[in-house]
Amino acid sequence: MATAAKKLSKLERPPRGGQATIVEAIRQGLWEEMERDGTVFLIGEDVGVYGGAFKVTEGLIDHFGKERVIDTPIAEAAIVGAACGAALMGLKPVAEFQFIDFISCGFDMLTNYAAKSRYRWGGSIPAVFRGPCGSGVRSGPFHSLNAESFFLNTAGLKIVEPSTAYDAKGLIKAAIRDPDPVLYFEHKKLYRLPRLREELPEDDYIVEIGKARIAREGRDVSIITFGAQVLTALDAAEELEKEGLDVEVIDLRTLAPMDKEAILSSVKKTSRALILHEASLTGGIGGEISAIISQEAFEWLDAPVLRVASIDTPVPYSPPLEDYYLPQVKDVLDAARKLAAY
Amino acid sequence: MAENQKQNGNSKRGPRRRPAFQMRINTKYAPRKVADGQALSCITGSSLTDRQMLDLYRYLKLTRLVEERIVNLYRQTKVVGGVYRSLGQEATAVGSAYALRPDDFITPIIRDLGACFVKGIRPREIFAQYMAKAWGPSGGKDLNVHFGYMEKGFIGPISHLGDMIPVMTGILLGARLQKKDIVGLAYIGDGGASTGAFYEGMNFAAVQKLPLIVIAEHNQYAYSTPTNMQTAVRNLAEKAAAFGISGYIVDGNDVIACYEVTKQAVDYARSGRGAVLIEAKTYRRKGHAEHDDQRYVPDGEIDWWEKHNDPVDRFERFLLDKKIATKEKLDEITADAQREIDEDSEWAESSPMPEAEGAVYGVFDNSIVPPAFRPKVLEN
Repeated sequence: MATAAKKLSKLERPPRGGQATIVEAIRQGLWEEMERDGTVFLIGEDVGVYGGAFKVTEGLIDHFGKERVIDTPIAEAAIVGAACGAALMGLKPVAEFQFIDFISCGFDMLTNYAAKSRYRWGGSIPAVFRGPCGSGVRSGPFHSLNAESFFLNTAGLKIVEPSTAYDAKGLIKAAIRDPDPVLYFEHKKLYRLPRLREELPEDDYIVEIGKARIAREGRDVSIITFGAQVLTALDAAEELEKEGLDVEVIDLRTLAPMDKEAILSSVKKTSRALILHEASLTGGIGGEISAIISQEAFEWLDAPVLRVASIDTPVPYSPPLEDYYLPQVKDVLDAARKLAAY
Repeated sequence: MAENQKQNGNSKRGPRRRPAFQMRINTKYAPRKVADGQALSCITGSSLTDRQMLDLYRYLKLTRLVEERIVNLYRQTKVVGGVYRSLGQEATAVGSAYALRPDDFITPIIRDLGACFVKGIRPREIFAQYMAKAWGPSGGKDLNVHFGYMEKGFIGPISHLGDMIPVMTGILLGARLQKKDIVGLAYIGDGGASTGAFYEGMNFAAVQKLPLIVIAEHNQYAYSTPTNMQTAVRNLAEKAAAFGISGYIVDGNDVIACYEVTKQAVDYARSGRGAVLIEAKTYRRKGHAEHDDQRYVPDGEIDWWEKHNDPVDRFERFLLDKKIATKEKLDEITADAQREIDEDSEWAESSPMPEAEGAVYGVFDNSIVPPAFRPKVLEN
């Protein structure tokens, strides 16, 4: 009975390329890498028959079997630790956190084991740790986290977060092929956003880790951002264009190691920098970017570096509260106008 | 309601019959009382050959003497960090690791130096590590047994106790995907067995029926904390019930018993029957590290263990009583171990310290991400 129902829902292999949302792009990437390389396997809570809480891994267990799509107990330390061990053996695990909030339960294994292994004794850990991050979907304090700054101060972890379907696929493939541990954050608000559906190439491609992209070219103000806030920045840029302000949007894509050159060359061009991120302001990645700019592009600046970010509270649940918590287009407009007028 | 339906094993219509879990702790190798006035020895009836027994003896002596040398180097301020001894519990590490094949994996804790030697780590590497030298396997980046050799099946621990249980679980998961029939032996202490990582790792290994053997060295103290402040179970082996796996208790100061119990567990695990927890009853005669004055230990306790239950004394007594070796033969083995130590210690002392700039390399694969040089400040 149960098996028959399961058979019916068995998914076909996703197409190579074609129109895809972010969630489809990640799934394509995982599928292709598992096909290409027999050492790639998935591990996490409910990633198998259920296909993951957001269905990123749907259908993979039918195709690749439970040996390579491993459902685990609710035990993030075990998931991360086991991924590390298997990676030491030469396998390429892709571990899923059901929500990035639960990365805290694997924090010790990530920061002390995965991050330091190569440095301490040359034990490379080619593992990917991925999961849905981000707020704006009314999920409250425990399902809305942006965790990048927790890890930014740990040497040895690469951090990526795509904001387009093309990058989502290219970065998951690059992360799997990378010889070092990569945290791959997926903004859950973007997973199925129709606006981000795009045509992906049929051919195999990767997006190089460590390289930002210019999401929109402009001359007057640089907005440096990533993840879902790229959309906020682009929306603001369109508004500002009407006012004659030509905004450049830099999508970092990789948060560690950061593409300093892309940030600096944009700021040297526009002389005005606005950093936009979704995590709380204090101790956020914006402080780091701001420091880089003021130290290495001070002479080019025509205005102070501004940061727009969420307020310093946990992520609240109720829509009015969460909207207040999050940076809005209006906040970006205000900041950009201030910069332009400085 | 469905949940009220009796699902006892006798009902023919019950779902899948599964025998109730029975707490099984094998005590065949547990410590035994001996008659008054009789000195402790080792168990008889072992499958070990005489040659293997002498091999074990050499590892025991090597461990003890290497640690004594490290203490000397520490007193000469040549050791940069702390020194952690396994005095009085060497038999657990040596006997258990000896039951493995060369391709099996271990991950020791700090008091398992003997297991490292059995797995092919050389004293010179340990000396160089303690002295933070360039020629140490971590090149001065990490301490003591914190390094690894995948090709030797050796993965050093990190300071966070319990973390290596999930890592070893992953090693075995990886090995299974690679169709290798290796087993993994992870060590933990009575303190480390309180950590979440220990539970998560063991639970996952048990669910996956991975060939993981965990040896819980019950040496009575975690730093200064006695076991009754650490856990409410009397025997650490009882924790096996939480994972639905078998538990064993072994006399951790009987090197032959430690070998035999591990051999049995290895055979069990390798045959696909899953994880095993072995509790080794032993005693830590030194403090947590060299600086620890052990003020928390009741008077006379350490002396009692030294006099009546020293693993090296016990094994020596056994070898002599059973006429497996003469005193001269044992002295010869000890002298040979001492020679190796002299030579290796000299080698390690002759190593340079690492170049300071070496600190920048190896965070990532440096062919992809450049080394972490200190950024030049305000340079035009």
